[in-house]
Amino acid sequence: MIDPGVVELSRLQFALTALYHFLFVPLTLGLSLLLAVMESVYVMTGRKIWKAMTRFWGTLFGINFAMGVATGITMEFQFGTNWAYYSHYVGDIFGAPLAIEGLMAFFLEATFVGLFFFGWDRLSKPAHLLVTWLTGLGANLSALWILVANGWMQNPVGARFNVETMRMELTSFEALLFNPVAQAKFVHTVSAGYVTGAVFVLAVSAFYLLRGWHVQMARRSMTVAASFGLASALSVVVLGDESGYTATLDQKMKIAAIEAMWDTQTPPASFTVFGLPDTAERATHYKIEVPWLLGLIATRSLDRPVEGIDDLVRHGIARIESGILAYRALETLRRAPNDAAARSAFEAHAADLGYALLLKRYAPRVVDADEAAIRRAANDLIPDVPVLFWSFRFMAGLGFYFIALFALAFYLASARRLDTRWFLRVAFLSLPLPWIAAELGWIVAEYGRQPWVVEGVLPTYLGVSSVSKAAVIGSLLGFVLFYSTLAIIDVMLMIRVIRRGPAPARDG
Amino acid sequence: MPLDYDVLRFLWWALLGILLIGFAVLDGYDLGTAMLLPFVGETDAERRQIRETIEPNWEGHQVWLILGGGAAFAAWPPLYAASFSGFYIAMLLVLVTLILRPVGLNFRDKIAEPQWRLAWDWALAISGFVPALVFGVAFGNLLQGVPFGFDADLRLDYTGTFFELLNPFALFAGLVSVAMLATHGGTWLALKTDGEVAERATRIASLAGLIAAGLFVLGGIWVAFGIEGYAISGPISHSGPSNPLAKTVVRAEGAWLDVYTIHRPLVLAPLLGFAMPLAASLLVARRAQLAAFLASGLGIAGIIATAGISMFPFLLPSSTHPQASLTVWDASSSALTLFIMLIVVVLLLPIVLFYTGWALRVMRGRVRLEDVEHGEDRY
Repeated sequence: MIDPGVVELSRLQFALTALYHFLFVPLTLGLSLLLAVMESVYVMTGRKIWKAMTRFWGTLFGINFAMGVATGITMEFQFGTNWAYYSHYVGDIFGAPLAIEGLMAFFLEATFVGLFFFGWDRLSKPAHLLVTWLTGLGANLSALWILVANGWMQNPVGARFNVETMRMELTSFEALLFNPVAQAKFVHTVSAGYVTGAVFVLAVSAFYLLRGWHVQMARRSMTVAASFGLASALSVVVLGDESGYTATLDQKMKIAAIEAMWDTQTPPASFTVFGLPDTAERATHYKIEVPWLLGLIATRSLDRPVEGIDDLVRHGIARIESGILAYRALETLRRAPNDAAARSAFEAHAADLGYALLLKRYAPRVVDADEAAIRRAANDLIPDVPVLFWSFRFMAGLGFYFIALFALAFYLASARRLDTRWFLRVAFLSLPLPWIAAELGWIVAEYGRQPWVVEGVLPTYLGVSSVSKAAVIGSLLGFVLFYSTLAIIDVMLMIRVIRRGPAPARDG
Repeated sequence: MPLDYDVLRFLWWALLGILLIGFAVLDGYDLGTAMLLPFVGETDAERRQIRETIEPNWEGHQVWLILGGGAAFAAWPPLYAASFSGFYIAMLLVLVTLILRPVGLNFRDKIAEPQWRLAWDWALAISGFVPALVFGVAFGNLLQGVPFGFDADLRLDYTGTFFELLNPFALFAGLVSVAMLATHGGTWLALKTDGEVAERATRIASLAGLIAAGLFVLGGIWVAFGIEGYAISGPISHSGPSNPLAKTVVRAEGAWLDVYTIHRPLVLAPLLGFAMPLAASLLVARRAQLAAFLASGLGIAGIIATAGISMFPFLLPSSTHPQASLTVWDASSSALTLFIMLIVVVLLLPIVLFYTGWALRVMRGRVRLEDVEHGEDRY
């Protein structure tokens, strides 16, 4: 039997450790490329200040990178430690991109990051530059493969259930790799990382300019950050829109919940800018709407409908009922593998098997589920509407804010007016914002995927390991204590290095 | 599929072994060096000298472990699921110590307080010692089998506890692992440092090599006469579906060593496991440091290969439900996944080996005490 307490605690632990890990990842993604850009300028112009800049931002990169690697191992371990049934059920598909990530990306970034720090005196200028670029390439490739894995959890293409092994198995590697959801998520996520790197450099440089410290370096850093950041901030919004479109391919409920849209509207649906979602009444009050916009974002058309939550729950009931037929056929096949009637019944309803599994928490034998259990399971299909509604709006709002911030920075840098004090203050105060946006983005993506761990295939509830509640409480407390301590040390060291500033430009 | 399912399974069994050996040989010297840090280095400069032998390259080496986990996930999902969830507390212990390592190496020199640095030195020593011990303990438990079974949905139920993992044979296997990696770290330091540090490392390595060889022989005797091995008793299709409930298994004392009477040349693995740590011990004492380091690496390969070959085709035997044991023939991914992943490995691993070799070459030569004495934090 599954202990619901273990499920909740394991979810909380995964969510906290993943959100914590993602405090470091976006900065690694962005800063690694910014380092490569700065060092390229150094190699091309031969001006020492660009080398000093690369080494200074590199020190901050190093502190952050150490934390990113350390907390990343936790993620790989946790699929096995806390989500053993998930690992068994979809490892045939999900494990592959994870292993390729190790082989293609982790080796690259991890091998060359050491030479980045220790190779300055041992490598020629171009060789060291190559090392820096390869580190950045490795970091970005790692994002590609983990998002291929994550994209499959959102849109599980190229796989089918195997009756004999009782799990999902790969049928098409191309489908897994070229999953449109994975592609859209990858470009959206790495752009968000570039924005984070650019805001970080912008904000720290603004701090220096406000104090009048390291002015030459700070101005140059700010110029690089402004141009890199503007391009990234534009792409993060455009590509986020693409994410929204691909999500409607198979995650209609997520879109409806983000919009707090209970009823299907006559197309084209309007976009709710503001409103107060009320989950008890299943309505959204005080709505301010932009006509047509949602229909355009979600369907790229004026005539196709965007389905509302209530309709989607009704479809869910039908799919659960179909799933029960698949589950019943599966039970027959387990006893009599050659039963042709059961085989064809299973094939006909296999696509809804996951929906039958939603019943497990209300009717463990599934096939004897009554109408009340089916209705409860179907209602579970609705994610947490207010959380999604607000997380999405804050994230998207920040996305537009970053465009404005970098456009202004770009203008001031071009006009040689980077000493504008009010702007420097705004830039400095913007420091935490990209992290907030990124974390909210993951909340929308993953909390919005509930009740599924793999959309339509496996409910989160079933994915958990058969470990004891005490063990998970212990590990969760351990993580909270250990990670909090590390966070304090990390921030303290960052501040120390920033206050000390870059070493004066030297020869070589 | 150009390759048959049974061939793919066998190749992935071998690959898993190669990844583990790659981890133990490459990251093993980093772990061994970290383990010895407070004992071999006395002054702040000496400890910096020790750390600088591993700092530029350890991060890439650790990926062998991450890849080992990823490969188990991709190629042997039931093994990954059962071992990580079954060894829950042990895995989290390893995890915490693995997190201490990058953080410790990067953060230590950023603040000049002696207390701060001392604390990180010991954290680093723990980050070397605990994984070495736990991985050995894990192998000790694999050889005995661990208590787990499956229900009809193939949901795993593990019934053991953390403290049951710490049984005498498993702790003994943990000591073998610690001695093996101490030898490896010691020969590495003898090769890569000078002065007092190299002298102390030489003494430790030559002692640890003797201990490792001795413990390995004792372990062999224990496996032959003291613990029960497992064997598949009925017919099993080597290309059947990956469902671990469709076979029968018997247990018998000494069954793990049967393979060496059937395939005699395989005795080479345990021979290397015994002779090479011994050779490392003698060579390092005679100042042949490179040869000693290589011998130590071969010894590690021999010891891990011995465990894998002895257990073949078992990956994770079940002590409570032997028929539910995970084996090479019924706990793999689908043929398609194994085939695609094999192609990926064949294409990419040579490139990885190439640039790993290049990175080690860039950092070649000894780290001399005089060079680091007035050095700065390089991270």
